[in-house]
Amino acid sequence: MISASDNLSLQLILILPLIAAVMIRLVAKHPNIREGVSLIASFSLLLLIYNLDHNVTTDPAAVLVWITLLPGLSLSFTIEPLGLIFGLMASFLWFVTSIYSIGYMRQHHEANQSRFYQFFAIAMAAVMGIAFAANLFTLYIFYELLTLSTFPLVVHAGTEKAKRGGRIYLTILLATSIVFFLLAMINTWLISGTLDFTTGGIFTTQLAANPALATTISILLALFIFGIAKAAIFPFHQWLPAAMVAPTPASALLHAVAVVKGGVFTILKVCVYIFGTDTLQQLSSHQVLLYVGGFSVLFSALVAMRQDNLKKRLAYSTVSQLGYITIGALLANSSGIIGAAMHMVTHAFGKITLFFCAGAILVMTNKTNISELRGIGRQMPITMAAFFVASLSIIGLPPTAGMWSKWYLLHGTIEAQQWLLMSVLGLSSILNIFYLLPISVRAFFDPVGAAQLSKQPLNKPSLEAPLPILIAIVISASACVILFLFPQSLYQLAASIPVADK
Amino acid sequence: MIAQLPILQVIVPLIGAPLCLLISRPTLAWLFALLASFTSFVISMMLVNQVMDSGPINYALGGWSAPIGIEYRIDYLNAYLLLIVSGMSSIILLAANTSLKAELATHKHRLFYVLYLVCLTGMLGIIATGDAFNVFVFLEIAALSTYTLIALGKNRRALTASLTYLLVGTIGATFILIGIGLMYMLTGTLNMHDLALRLADVSDSTTLITAFSFFTVGVCLKLALFPLHWWLPNAYAFAPSIVSAFLASTATKVAIYILLRFVFTIFGVSFSFTVLPLQDILLTLGLTGIFAGSIAAIYQQNVKHIFAYSSIAQVAYMMLALSINSTSGLTATLLHLFNHALIKGALFLALASVMYRVGSVQLSQFAGLGQRMPWTMAAIVIGGLSLIGLPLTVGFISKWYLLSATLENGWWPVAVLILFGSLLAGVYVWRIIVMAYFTPPATDISQLKEAPISLLVPTWILVLANLYFGIDPSLPLNISTLAAEYLMEMSP
Repeated sequence: MISASDNLSLQLILILPLIAAVMIRLVAKHPNIREGVSLIASFSLLLLIYNLDHNVTTDPAAVLVWITLLPGLSLSFTIEPLGLIFGLMASFLWFVTSIYSIGYMRQHHEANQSRFYQFFAIAMAAVMGIAFAANLFTLYIFYELLTLSTFPLVVHAGTEKAKRGGRIYLTILLATSIVFFLLAMINTWLISGTLDFTTGGIFTTQLAANPALATTISILLALFIFGIAKAAIFPFHQWLPAAMVAPTPASALLHAVAVVKGGVFTILKVCVYIFGTDTLQQLSSHQVLLYVGGFSVLFSALVAMRQDNLKKRLAYSTVSQLGYITIGALLANSSGIIGAAMHMVTHAFGKITLFFCAGAILVMTNKTNISELRGIGRQMPITMAAFFVASLSIIGLPPTAGMWSKWYLLHGTIEAQQWLLMSVLGLSSILNIFYLLPISVRAFFDPVGAAQLSKQPLNKPSLEAPLPILIAIVISASACVILFLFPQSLYQLAASIPVADK
Repeated sequence: MIAQLPILQVIVPLIGAPLCLLISRPTLAWLFALLASFTSFVISMMLVNQVMDSGPINYALGGWSAPIGIEYRIDYLNAYLLLIVSGMSSIILLAANTSLKAELATHKHRLFYVLYLVCLTGMLGIIATGDAFNVFVFLEIAALSTYTLIALGKNRRALTASLTYLLVGTIGATFILIGIGLMYMLTGTLNMHDLALRLADVSDSTTLITAFSFFTVGVCLKLALFPLHWWLPNAYAFAPSIVSAFLASTATKVAIYILLRFVFTIFGVSFSFTVLPLQDILLTLGLTGIFAGSIAAIYQQNVKHIFAYSSIAQVAYMMLALSINSTSGLTATLLHLFNHALIKGALFLALASVMYRVGSVQLSQFAGLGQRMPWTMAAIVIGGLSLIGLPLTVGFISKWYLLSATLENGWWPVAVLILFGSLLAGVYVWRIIVMAYFTPPATDISQLKEAPISLLVPTWILVLANLYFGIDPSLPLNISTLAAEYLMEMSP
């Protein structure tokens, strides 16, 4: 069982972001206090979750129950390794993003900043609910809440383009969750009579008693994978590039980290605790869905190569990397799951750095296209150096953390003897090199671009962003390196996810 | 006193109605009508308590016992319906005084309250009575007062809307009367309980089939089941806002009650679903109704029309759940009765606020209202989310039960269609949200203020009820489960 102090911390973790949202509303007129609230709230949240860390329990049944909605279905929460990884990552990055936003939103003179911070905090509350949900029902509720609370962030600019982006965002995410996810969930409930996350899955006994159920459960798996569109598996990935109209801090934290990772996290949870790895491997749809994941990885990597808008390219790269995690979850062996869980974190650090850099470039130079960035490294050396490190991490090269997660994912494909997928992952890493690395390389070593720049009168030799932005960029970029050097604690958490290996 | 509750329920508004005429000051008349309605509400709460504690209550009118006299019989089903109707009526009436000021000449106010109470009497009477002919009488009382209430609308099209409803409603009532008459001819009784017993002996007679057909078609006209729905949108749209809210949250519910009562208590499940193809009919009409209603709602330019067409779709959901013919299906129908009343009550009251401030509920007039009337628009957003069925609202609970019931029955495709239907709800709700929040107003509306508190309070009572019963649905869930089990068990 959860100890009394952890129980209290868990309550606080869920409520703290909401309190922050209310406080932000109350002090809306004082920007300094308002941002102070964001910083303090995110930092306390991080501390609270970090303190839970020492009491990892592998028994997902230990719960904190809020209310019972319907007989057998309650809003309840628990602490388990996967949720801890997600919670730690999200709260840490919320803190970093809060620092970043201070610089960004002021420098960029965004309107309605209080509304922005407020919905940001509500979205984090939803993320915490997702991370610590003890059953699929609770997770679903917070999943929908996350969609709704991030919508105002997407349309923040209020332009025609923002509205269109917002419409695509809402339509795809709500429609898939209502038609596929909900249907799958109710069916799961009717078949197994429970929606609690259970070690080894909840279908095992029913499936043993009635092998004919296998077809139904196979369909359910497909419904879950496509219904959880936040994981952006092809063909339901369009919302992610559409959401890029949001202000950069929102794109960085939510659409590179919280929302998409909420999606793959849900897929991992469903694969590990609802289906269970053993059951998963028996299902006929499992192989097909693996290939769909593989296709998603390659397809979006190819699309990314053709994007000139930096944020768009990063968005498609995210779609591609999310495919890795889904594949890892569906491989259903311990290396795959460990790789998926670690990739969730390493990709988050890498991608948030890239977005931070893109935002810094936008704020300082008003440039959004990659073709305009040649030679910019001389003016923004720190930013572009961070961009380089983060690119390495996304590609999966040492000395960055991305190497570890890709290592385990590849290991997982070999263990499962999925040779085709192994080559897909390899090929996609090569594509990563092609679409990410040139950006920072050309920023530093491009004779043409540099020549053009030197012709212009340089009244401002350095265009580095304001200090808060730089601090955030440096923190997240160095995290990529630190996690390469010290991956042990992350690995241990990932390895303690209960996976029954044959 | 306690023993007289079943009849007091109906008597209070019945006596209140003529007394209202004697009060000349509109505000006093309103307070008096409010008192009468709330008294009925309190009585219905007591009745629910009593029924939940000690089972169904029989009450012989005037002391004449059943086969000769008229019997009132309160079981789980009608206690539940009485609660819904009197509760909704009371909360909506709270907003009446302010709303009417903008929509009705002052000297007509007391007439309005008279009619409102008469209409309430009719509805409560239909629900409480245990006598088939009495149902018809109360039905006419409710219907006649409704026609007049609709005709009070500010727009001249209210008159044609009312006339259409009058014609359709009369045809419906006549059909119902023919059905009841045929049954009387067959059995020689009008008491529901007796009817149920005696009809069992003649279940293979064509007369009974004819009676059933007339009756069902008549009721389906009343409850606006697609394709017998065309009278409803204009009736809702052009009536005074309070009347729209009142009708949308109660009138169709009462018609559904009549159908449930006759199908389950009198004709019996085996006759309706085995001898006659009620299942196929309701399933087909339900599914088409969901899509026809929702798609029509998407293309409307008047927000009252949007919600009126949405009501047609929602009634179709209830009929679909009914067609499953299982306890869980019936529970879903009954739950949605309650939930839909809350949803539509909240939405139409919010529209009353818009009507009060803006003077029109054309969609184009909603531009910029998100900033000008934040509370009213927030009510519409929450009501809309509930209509779509997002979690933590009552709509989600309804949808959950409806889907469980269809899937339990193995109807996969139907479940998928239901979900697509709720997406369509998303589309029409979305149109309103886009207009209110993301469209700059065409004219200068900076003078426009939030609705007065007297309109906001009743609206928000219903909005909060949407959320409360979406989080803790135990009250409607318990009663409707009991009622569904009771109906299935008792059904001959």
